[in-house]
Amino acid sequence: MAREGLRYQTFSRRALLMAGVQGAALTALGGRLYYLAVVEGEKYRLRADRNRISLRLIAPERGLILDRYGRQLAKNRQDFRVFLIPEQAIDVDATLIKLGYIVHLNERRLRRVQRQIKRQRKFVPVTVAQRLDWKTFSRVNVSLPYLPGVVPESGLSRFYPAGGALAHIVGYLGSPREQDIGENPLYQLPGFKVGRQGLESAFEDDLRGFAGRRQVEVNSVGREVRELPPRQEASNGKNIQLTLDLALQKFAAEQMGEAAAASVVMDVRSGELLALSSTPSYDPNDFIGGMSQENWQSLINDPRKPLLNKCVSGQFPPGSTIKPFVALAALEQGVLTPETQFYCNGTHKLGNHTFHCWQRRGHGMQTMTSAIANSCDVYFYRLAERLDIDQIADMGRRFGLGTSYDIGVDGQKSGLMPDRAWKRDVLNEPWHGGETLNTAIGQGAVLATPLQLVVMMARLATGRLVRPKLVFNESELAGQDANFPTIGLNPLSLQTVQRGMEMVMEPGGTAHNYARRKSAQKLAGKTGTAQVRRITTEERAAGVFKNEDLPWNRRDHALFVGYAPADTPRMAVSVLVQHGGGGSAVAAPIGRKLMDKAAQLLDSPPKSVVEGDGMDNSSDSFSNPRILKGQV
Amino acid sequence: MGAMPTLHHAREPLSIIQRLLSINWLMVLIIICIASVGFSLLYSVAGGKWDPWAERQMIRFFGSLAIMILIALTNIRIWMALSYPAWLIGLVFLIAVEIAGTIGMGGQRWLDIGVMRIQPSEFMKIAVVMALARYFHGRDYYQSRKLSSLILPFILITLPFLLVLRQPDLGTSLMIVAGAVAVIFMAGLPAWLFVFAGTVSAIGAVSLWPFLPSYQKGRVLTFINPEADPLGAGYQITQSKIALGSGGLSGKGFLEGTQSQLNFLPEMKTDFIFTVLAEEFGLMGAVGLLLMYFIVLTYGLLVGIGCRSQFGRLLASGLAVTLFLYVLINVGMVMGLLPVVGVPLPLVSYGGSAMLTWMVAFGLILSVAVHRQIVLAPKGSGLG
Repeated sequence: MAREGLRYQTFSRRALLMAGVQGAALTALGGRLYYLAVVEGEKYRLRADRNRISLRLIAPERGLILDRYGRQLAKNRQDFRVFLIPEQAIDVDATLIKLGYIVHLNERRLRRVQRQIKRQRKFVPVTVAQRLDWKTFSRVNVSLPYLPGVVPESGLSRFYPAGGALAHIVGYLGSPREQDIGENPLYQLPGFKVGRQGLESAFEDDLRGFAGRRQVEVNSVGREVRELPPRQEASNGKNIQLTLDLALQKFAAEQMGEAAAASVVMDVRSGELLALSSTPSYDPNDFIGGMSQENWQSLINDPRKPLLNKCVSGQFPPGSTIKPFVALAALEQGVLTPETQFYCNGTHKLGNHTFHCWQRRGHGMQTMTSAIANSCDVYFYRLAERLDIDQIADMGRRFGLGTSYDIGVDGQKSGLMPDRAWKRDVLNEPWHGGETLNTAIGQGAVLATPLQLVVMMARLATGRLVRPKLVFNESELAGQDANFPTIGLNPLSLQTVQRGMEMVMEPGGTAHNYARRKSAQKLAGKTGTAQVRRITTEERAAGVFKNEDLPWNRRDHALFVGYAPADTPRMAVSVLVQHGGGGSAVAAPIGRKLMDKAAQLLDSPPKSVVEGDGMDNSSDSFSNPRILKGQV
Repeated sequence: MGAMPTLHHAREPLSIIQRLLSINWLMVLIIICIASVGFSLLYSVAGGKWDPWAERQMIRFFGSLAIMILIALTNIRIWMALSYPAWLIGLVFLIAVEIAGTIGMGGQRWLDIGVMRIQPSEFMKIAVVMALARYFHGRDYYQSRKLSSLILPFILITLPFLLVLRQPDLGTSLMIVAGAVAVIFMAGLPAWLFVFAGTVSAIGAVSLWPFLPSYQKGRVLTFINPEADPLGAGYQITQSKIALGSGGLSGKGFLEGTQSQLNFLPEMKTDFIFTVLAEEFGLMGAVGLLLMYFIVLTYGLLVGIGCRSQFGRLLASGLAVTLFLYVLINVGMVMGLLPVVGVPLPLVSYGGSAMLTWMVAFGLILSVAVHRQIVLAPKGSGLG
């Protein structure tokens, strides 16, 4: 048994050794645990909290855009949407097909949803359909037991009740651009929209508001488990109120119809723009829900440029509408008096070039007022011969040409008031005398926007440096006389020109025949017909083509500028109909109707406004009325 | 533990009552305690529900507990006689898995035999210890020291090792080898041999490195620097350490572990269950569990030392060391001290085969303790 003894001895020695090793090893494990949990415990506790606590943003409610009477031009509408949470759907594709029967998913939308599902993590809701009507939304809700993972939700989405009437001014929202995502944490919220056009974009910072914050406990895949206090509510965006009158704005759009046209109406005492309308327009609501390719293509391929705000971004030759201030330049320079007469036989020769009057037969003997009234070109050629282009340009700039105004809308063009310096610096050519004659009748290089033309008219009407305004500052009342500084012209000169413009509307004036329907107020104005093509000598000899015989884009622009009442000016108007034909026939009637309508609306502001769709509480619809009874 | 003299004069055959009385019921109680820790953690991991894990684990445990008692009461001669056959059956099952196993857990480990799915690799770790104990039981002191004594053990270890490695289950295959080496060591082979073998395997590991599958390479690299890729391969270890550390001294409370309840932890019901314990019950809870393991495995070694037959000594101590290795590797892994290898925590991790296997092992240790006075013949069945 010695062998057995040795064997046992070896075994028990080694077994005890193993026990020692085991004890040491387990002690080491305990020590390590002590180090992790006690020595470094605080660090790991923080990391565990960082794991589980996630800061979530609460989206603020976007500010409203209101008209001068508080009517909503951009609001937040209850929107019925349907999400799908892929991880909760048993069979994603089958659920989508079932849901598709209810909410009418087309093939393309279905594929888009499926792509999005693949891209995102499985607990992130994917928007399947939005802007559902109540009936469809109810049907989804009723079918929920058969649609696992489908989440119906009602939230707020932007809605523009006026549709196309204000599209160019108010603009629309879109998803934040890729490169801007880092700028504001709100941009990372799913479905968050920012202003992309118009005032929505220009006043983005005011309208957006500030995000609220809440802490939530999340699990490892980021799903929310519960909310942890404290919660900081979002502060909603500020409303902004426009000087526009929705009714007048709609009226203007109706008058212009399908034409490529723009019209602006301004309160000359306050500078407030009452209407700023550009046609054709588009429905900004189409941009909110995602626009179809066909719709978009038709918008960008339309030669009438529906996306362009022609009031501020369209630059056109102003034609005869600038004659009043050209006349003022001559009077101010003293190169002629209001009584100076010129004879018009239909043409005027400068060197070997012949300049034509629009009236082939000629107007006969003309004074300044009659030349304005019947828009005699020859009179203004003769007048311009006595002036330098820089003198005309200086006067033009005093009346607001060649400048843009900070009214809050983007894409404003400044037009062009040409002078010697411009020709030298930009075209690198000297100024020719003939160009002065062309400029004097609003042709050649001179360009103006409808907004500039209304400012010009307001300044002519009041003799003050009227500046346009589109957005009220906070706690500012509507219709307040802004007391603009005087333009500093001889009142007699101004009166002569104003008289000429009154005569435009009187028998014999260019606008009389077309705008003669009896108006309650005495009007003043000036027509303009701007040529966009060159009339050759041969054509002139054979007879100038009538506008109806020309392709649309070679026809004349029709223009009208005016103010009313002529004796105590209250509003100014400018109308442009692109390739519309003659200013007298096409633009002047619109201008007259706008002035009459504006007077009517200013005299009887709406008492309250009831919005049509009933989705929102209608007390909101007439918030912030800035117009108190009896004002204006 | 040394005091087990009540049946000192008792020779076989012992009556059922005597055997029942000589079972160390304190150990059985500790085993129940360890398993209960597992139940509560599985209950917690399920978000405070018995379903789906805690309940099934309990059923399996109490079923296995009965089997353990039966094994403890069974004469050690029978276990010795079954040593080689057990190994052979285990080997056949491993080959069957190789041929017909169903895919599960990323490798072929399961064998579906109708009523239940079994994991032959789990049983093999016991069978190898049994076979080796049986073999060295027949070798006296001098024979045991001969290198020729390594020929049969080499076969007994290598065949299962290779088969389990092929599944692939590196963790279990290494545990089989490690447990076997411990038996051979305690059987009395010269100490220099183990130093030599250790050196050789270290060199071998380095030279085999290029041939390892990429997921295993990744585990080792992650072990060396888990923070390098906290959201990728290092995620498990990083989150595990956060759970262990944030539990502090007394833990966040039952069902209150944020890392576990919010699913930040990987494989919570199996390999990483220890972290749930440490997070919810803190350092005290974790050390408590380690202490219970220490008591059980020290008991196993002492049973070996107190046994009159070499078979019983090697069997009890070999199983105890295997248990120790599992605890060490698992806990070391979740603490980031060892690379991530798929080794469950005995009796606590969710799993039927492993549970049954450990209960069989404890049954064998208890059987050795009950039958410690029986002298077994060096050769043959010993039943005659």
